Order: sequence, then C-alpha cells, then structure tokens
Amino acid sequence: MTTRFSSTLKPLVFCLSLLPLVYLLWQVYLVVNGQENGMGADPAKTIVQFNGDWALRCMLLTLAVTPLRQLLGWVELARVRRMLGLFAFTYALAHFTTYLALILEFEFNELGTEIVKRPYIWVGFTALCGLVPLALTSNHLMMRLMKRRWRLLHQLVYPVAALQLTHLFWLTRSDYTEPFIYSVVFLLLMGYRVFKWRQRRPKMGRAEVAS
Amino acid sequence: MLIKKPDAFKPSEITPEAVYLQRRTFIQGAGLGLGAMLLPGMGMAALDANQPIKDIARYTGDWQGSTLAPDWLRQKVSQARPSRHLAQEPSTPWDIVTTYNNFYEFGTDKGDPAEHASDFKTDPWQVEIAGQAEITGSFNLEDILKPHDLEERIYRLRCVEAWSMVVPWVGFPLADLLKRFKPTSKAKYVRFETLFDPKQMPGQRSRFAALDYPYREGLRIDEAMNELAFVGVGLYGNAMPPQNGAPLRLVLPWKYGFKSIKSIVKIEFLEYRPVSSWERSNPKEYGFYANVNPQVSHPRWSQASERRLPTSLFSPNRRPTLMFNGYGDEVAHLYAGMNLRNDY
Ligand code: HEM
Repeated sequence: MTTRFSSTLKPLVFCLSLLPLVYLLWQVYLVVNGQENGMGADPAKTIVQFNGDWALRCMLLTLAVTPLRQLLGWVELARVRRMLGLFAFTYALAHFTTYLALILEFEFNELGTEIVKRPYIWVGFTALCGLVPLALTSNHLMMRLMKRRWRLLHQLVYPVAALQLTHLFWLTRSDYTEPFIYSVVFLLLMGYRVFKWRQRRPKMGRAEVAS
Repeated sequence: MLIKKPDAFKPSEITPEAVYLQRRTFIQGAGLGLGAMLLPGMGMAALDANQPIKDIARYTGDWQGSTLAPDWLRQKVSQARPSRHLAQEPSTPWDIVTTYNNFYEFGTDKGDPAEHASDFKTDPWQVEIAGQAEITGSFNLEDILKPHDLEERIYRLRCVEAWSMVVPWVGFPLADLLKRFKPTSKAKYVRFETLFDPKQMPGQRSRFAALDYPYREGLRIDEAMNELAFVGVGLYGNAMPPQNGAPLRLVLPWKYGFKSIKSIVKIEFLEYRPVSSWERSNPKEYGFYANVNPQVSHPRWSQASERRLPTSLFSPNRRPTLMFNGYGDEVAHLYAGMNLRNDY
C-alpha cells in the first residue's frame, strides 16, 4: 500500500463509519417533517434495530482488523482499530438510548423489569456494560498507564462480542440466517486468533525454559 | 393437481350472478325494512334498498396489486356491505396495513412481504377440506366463496409483538363456511394450513427457519364457530393483497395475530387438538390458545400495553391492552373455567 493511501485511511474509515448515522439522522429528519421516508410504520423500532445492526457490524469489523493486518501485511490498518471500536460503542449506546427513549419512554421501572425478565435484554445490557470500560480506556494515556493490564482488560472484547451474538440469537424469532452469518464471521476471526496463539505458545515455552 | 368434483354443490345451487345480485338487494331491503319498523321515525330515505347503509372503507389509491385477483373476486369484494362489527376507532391507513406485515413465508422483516409477495399467484386457488366432515375434497376458490355474502368488519388486530392496528376487513363468518361441509360429531378441532410453495415463498427456502413449513394453525370447534371468527378475502374494499394473506385468511380479533393464518389451502376437521406452528417451534412462548391477555407476559414482550400503529417518533401511541383485545363480551364464555395462565 502506498503511504499516500495510508494517510487517508483514517479519515476514510471515519467517514464510512459515520455514514449509517448520517443516513439515520436524515431519515429521522424526513419522519419528523412528515415526508416520505424509509422508516416504516413504526419508526422507533426501525431506529433501534438499525443501531443494533450497526453496533454489531462495527464490532465484527473491529475484530477483523488484526487478522487482516497480519494476513495482508498491511501495518497501517492497526490505526483504525480503536476508531472502529469506538464506533461499535457509539452505535451500541445509540441502540440502547433510542430503545430507552423511543420504546420505553424513559420508564426506568420498566427498563428494570425488562432487564431482569428478558434474557435477550440482560445479555445485551451486560454486553453494553462490558463495552464501557473499553471505551473509557481506549486513549493513549490509559494505554500507557495500564501497560500489560490494558491488554488484559481489552481481552474483554471477545466475551462481549459473544454476548452480542447471544443477544441476537435470543431475540430472533424465526429465521436464524442473519445471526448464523454473523456467528460464522465471529468464529473465523476467533479461530484465526486461537490458531496464532497455539502457533506461538510452544516457542514461548522454549524461550522461558532457555531464560 | 386432481380436483375432486365437489359433491357439495349441485348445479342448481350455483346461482347466476344476476339472480344473485337481485337476491342480495331483496335481502338487504328486507333487513332495512325491518330496521325501519323497529325504529319508527327514522328517515324513510334510508329505505332505498340500492343504497348501502354506510359505505365501507375503501382504498382509492393507485396500488395495482389487487389486479392479481381474478375479476369475479374483485367484483364480489367491492359489493361488500357494512356489518355490525365496526370498531369505533380510526382505522390504520392502507399504506401501513399493507407494508407492515408478519408473513414469514415472504421474509422476516416487516417490509419483506410487501416486496416479495408482489407477484404471488393466487389464481387459480384450491382449498382442500378434509377430516371429520361429511363433505370433503378439493374445491376451487370460486366454489368456496360463492354462497357467501361479503361484509365489512373493522377489527382491532393485536400482534404478540405488542403492536396493534385497526383493520377494515372484507369477508364472511368462518362458521358459515365450516357448516357447509357438515362436520361430524367427532370434529372437535379445526386445523388450517398455509400454502407450501418454496418457489414462490422465499422464507420457506431458508435453511435456518425455526418454523416448520407449511404453517399450521388450529382452533377448537366452538372457537371456530364463534361469530367473531371471520374469513378475510379483502381489505379496505379491495381484494386481499398478497402480503396480507390472499386469497383467503382467518381473522380472529381476540387472539394474537399469528393465529390468523394466511393464504389457506387446507382446512381439516380433527378429533384431537392439533399443534400450531409457533407452538411447535417454541411451546414455552406460544400456546395453542394465544388469546390476547394483558396479564400473561410473554418471555419477549410485556403484553400489558401495545403500540397502536402508526406511531410517531415522539409519541409511541401506547395504550393498555384489553383482555381478549376488548372482545370479551363475545368470546369470554368460550374459556369459562379455564386457567388462562396455563392455557395461554
Ligand atoms: C452492546 C451491544 C448490543 C448490540 C451489538 C446489539 C445488537 C442488536 C441487534 C443486531 C439487534 C437486531 C436488530 C434487527 O432486528 O435488525 C438488536 C435488537 C434489539 N436490542 Fe440490542 N444490542 C446491544 C445491546 C442492547 C441493549 C443494552 C438493549 C436494551 C437494554 C438492547 C435491546 C434490544 C432490543 C429491544 C432489540 C429489538 C428487538 C426486537 O426487534 O423486537 N440491545 N440488538
């Protein structure tokens, strides 16, 4: 890859990741102004689902960065990983907020009941809670301060992604094609990591013995 | 497909349309006359038998989909008359009733059926009648519908997903249809089945569908014979759009929407209780009865309230859900003595 392209990579990915949000705001504008729009009969629900879908997609894209970087030997790709992760968090937060505002109308009692009673909600909620420390510690300063513990903490992203997929499986009523596709992508990305990890381990073992 | 000659209808029973129309007028005139006798002092102008009592809700836009329905059916539907089952609530607009559908055979998103069913072939159409009845066999849709005068009923529709609509259906009482086949004393239940045609119905091709197709639904015979149970063949004065279950479907307003099975090809009278499709796929979440009941929460959705469509962004139009969707007067007696928490 040319360096010129690499320097535009970050703004490019930023704009691309922002597109769904821009589209959504445009649709909301149309809805609010009573113009023809693509939000259907129940725009609130459409918005919640839209944000949920993009939260999951950004999450999987984030998890794809490292494998792609290594497989393609495209080092600069590492620079968009944090940004994609933050988008995953942003869309998840938007998903939750729109659910709370537009569906539950800020009835916090009801939110409590829903979280306790409905497995797919508490799984989603747990996933969101898991993303919060990751987002808060995503800056360079925290990275430097936390050192090895930063890496450890950010391993949390894997169980969080698994919870998100569980959320999707549990809320699906009838056709599992979509959750299945997302799960295959997730399992491939995780399989790659396990493979790498097992490749590395014996060497590390020997190195330890040697030292 | 071999169509058994229906021994139910003798040629003499097949009424030429002109006579049929005349008879309608006569019956209607008689009805109005009786009404006028009971209500002296009402304007005599209302006695003009050719005038409908109140015109039914009609869609007058430029949607072309109902051209898929045969002419005779469109004409029959257009002659529907109002009935006494007219919910006193604003109807959900046509555009929403026909683009916000759960019809998983055509996809799981609400907009999928409108998109994927647009050229769904519903003519010719046969319905098989089977099981514990004196008259069984395959019948052409025309023969199924012929003896029935169509009426409009405006019913509330409550989906288990906690949204609701108000829909002006055109159709006729299910009991009138079932009785023609003379169910025997062994007929304790009725099972209905939707068309199975993966070529036309992409949802049936999915390898990851939790529902076993063909879609099946069932009713106890007394539920099926209840006066509210309705066979829908039209909507807003139009032949039923494919995404809403053309050419004929059930409309059971006191039950969650999924009981109102669409695009029916088979009706079977049974001695035993059938298992419905959702019940089979997930018995903890979906029962056989599926009566609208705000007190029994579904594992996914609280059923205490509903969002009446159309919703607007900042006012979700939420309202409390009524027991039996507000139709308790007509149907509560069917469930007397039952524990509706167990028989959900
Ligand atoms: C943390 C990350 C989360 C992700 C990635 C996520 C993802 C998703 C996805 C992909 C959908 C399906 C959208 C569709 O049908 O197209 C969805 C639906 C939904 N999620 Fe989440 N979710 C998350 C957290 C949450 C939280 C915290 C809540 C609520 C407390 C929540 C509540 C819902 C609800 C109510 C639906 C809609 C269910 C329906 O359509 O009936 N989610 N989510």
